[in-house]
Amino acid sequence: MRLTQGTFSFLPDLTDEQISSQIEYCLEKGWAVSIEYTDDPHPRNTYWEMFGLPMFDIKDAAAILGEIRSCRRTFPRHYIKVNALDSSLGRESLRLSFIVNRPENEPGFGLVRQEGPGRTVRYTTRAYAADRPENQRY
Amino acid sequence: MDAAFTAKPRPGAAGPIPPGPAAPERGAATGTAAPGPAASAPPGAAAPEPAVVTGELDLQAVFRDSHIGDVLDELDTQLVGLVPVKSRIRDIAALLLVEKLRRSVGLETGPPSLHMSFTGNPGTGKTTVALRMAEILHRLGYVRKVHLTAVTRDDLVGQYIGHTAPKTREVLKRAMGGVLFIDEAYYLYRPENERDYGQEAIEILLQVMENQREDLVVILAGYKDRMDTFFRSNPGMSSRIAHHIDFPDYTPAELLAIARLMLAGMQYRFSEHADEVFQAYIERRREQPHFANARSVRNALDRARLRQASRLFAARGGGLAREDLLTIDAADILASRVFGAGAPENPS
Repeated sequence: MRLTQGTFSFLPDLTDEQISSQIEYCLEKGWAVSIEYTDDPHPRNTYWEMFGLPMFDIKDAAAILGEIRSCRRTFPRHYIKVNALDSSLGRESLRLSFIVNRPENEPGFGLVRQEGPGRTVRYTTRAYAADRPENQRY
Repeated sequence: MDAAFTAKPRPGAAGPIPPGPAAPERGAATGTAAPGPAASAPPGAAAPEPAVVTGELDLQAVFRDSHIGDVLDELDTQLVGLVPVKSRIRDIAALLLVEKLRRSVGLETGPPSLHMSFTGNPGTGKTTVALRMAEILHRLGYVRKVHLTAVTRDDLVGQYIGHTAPKTREVLKRAMGGVLFIDEAYYLYRPENERDYGQEAIEILLQVMENQREDLVVILAGYKDRMDTFFRSNPGMSSRIAHHIDFPDYTPAELLAIARLMLAGMQYRFSEHADEVFQAYIERRREQPHFANARSVRNALDRARLRQASRLFAARGGGLAREDLLTIDAADILASRVFGAGAPENPS
């Protein structure tokens, strides 16, 4: 099951060239771009690991694309996303976030139903891959 | 889209994407895009048919459209002398124009290497030219951004083991898309200390200079003799720099022209007599130790401004005209120690 999180996630994966035009757009707007990765892509997991600090004084997409490539080299089978942070409101707020790398094989999420008192049912989603320990998923 | 800017499409990326909000800057001026696989076209743009151009190509039209003539004229009026530098910039401009034309008929070549080294005596305009190089290369369509990152040894070399590489990479990242200017580059290499971390910075620099030519132009600057030693001990660095440009010393006439340009920039001017006196000043100053070409001229002018101010202040009883405020008189220059017999000169 294909993970759909963030912008462009219903489109085919962006090429490097398309990624760099998107980053170029962010830089033009004065946003800081950061890279994050995870192997626990649960929709409620908002805290992905940071790959380096957000890149604040970068002027050109080539530098960020280089970082993305090195992140892919380090974590070829992790999810990697690019975030753009806008500080114009006096705080860093997320403006754009899209996935730039995903594992080849995405087993998807299972739905767990818990039966409660009466006829209540509580639902939980759980990534099949998350059953394995960290770094052995995907 | 410039050919240098394209990347291989990743698997599974066949479908079209809505236009990326940022149109790539480069290549917009060429009009005809390079023939290539559709995946390398800018997002949203229709894939251009391979342009089959027959008959004559109009280099003159390309030249006109690129406004390179303006850049070169501007360089001529704003920088005095520096003939080798200007002719090299002219060569580079011609090369980039021909490259553009070659691309339009489907002849592919890798991006030319534009790393440079500026050597010359103090005050010959190395830093000034480097600062303008970012703008020139941008207008020639070689670098994507008009930005210059000026660094020295301190910014590249760390203080303990493992500190240098991230520091250098950080600087390189900041400089991407523009020009990285390394002033006094010979300090990077310290042969007297074999455990110096400078070598590590040099190695990372070399790697990026070789592999990311289209993303970054590196300019090294420094005094001639010390740069020569630096290149001798780092042959890899020397061979990766395509343009070794030597900045000649200025002639007295050029120094005077520079002085006039500087004064005009500060909204001053020489009185008629002061012009001659300053010429004599330059002649004398050149003979003295620690002469630093244009920098000495600038310092001399700054001191003349001081003397003019105190002359005007001393004569504050009488009325002053606008003319008095902007004229530097012969007396302001004659008071210099250069004209004093035997007095020790303040070296600067």
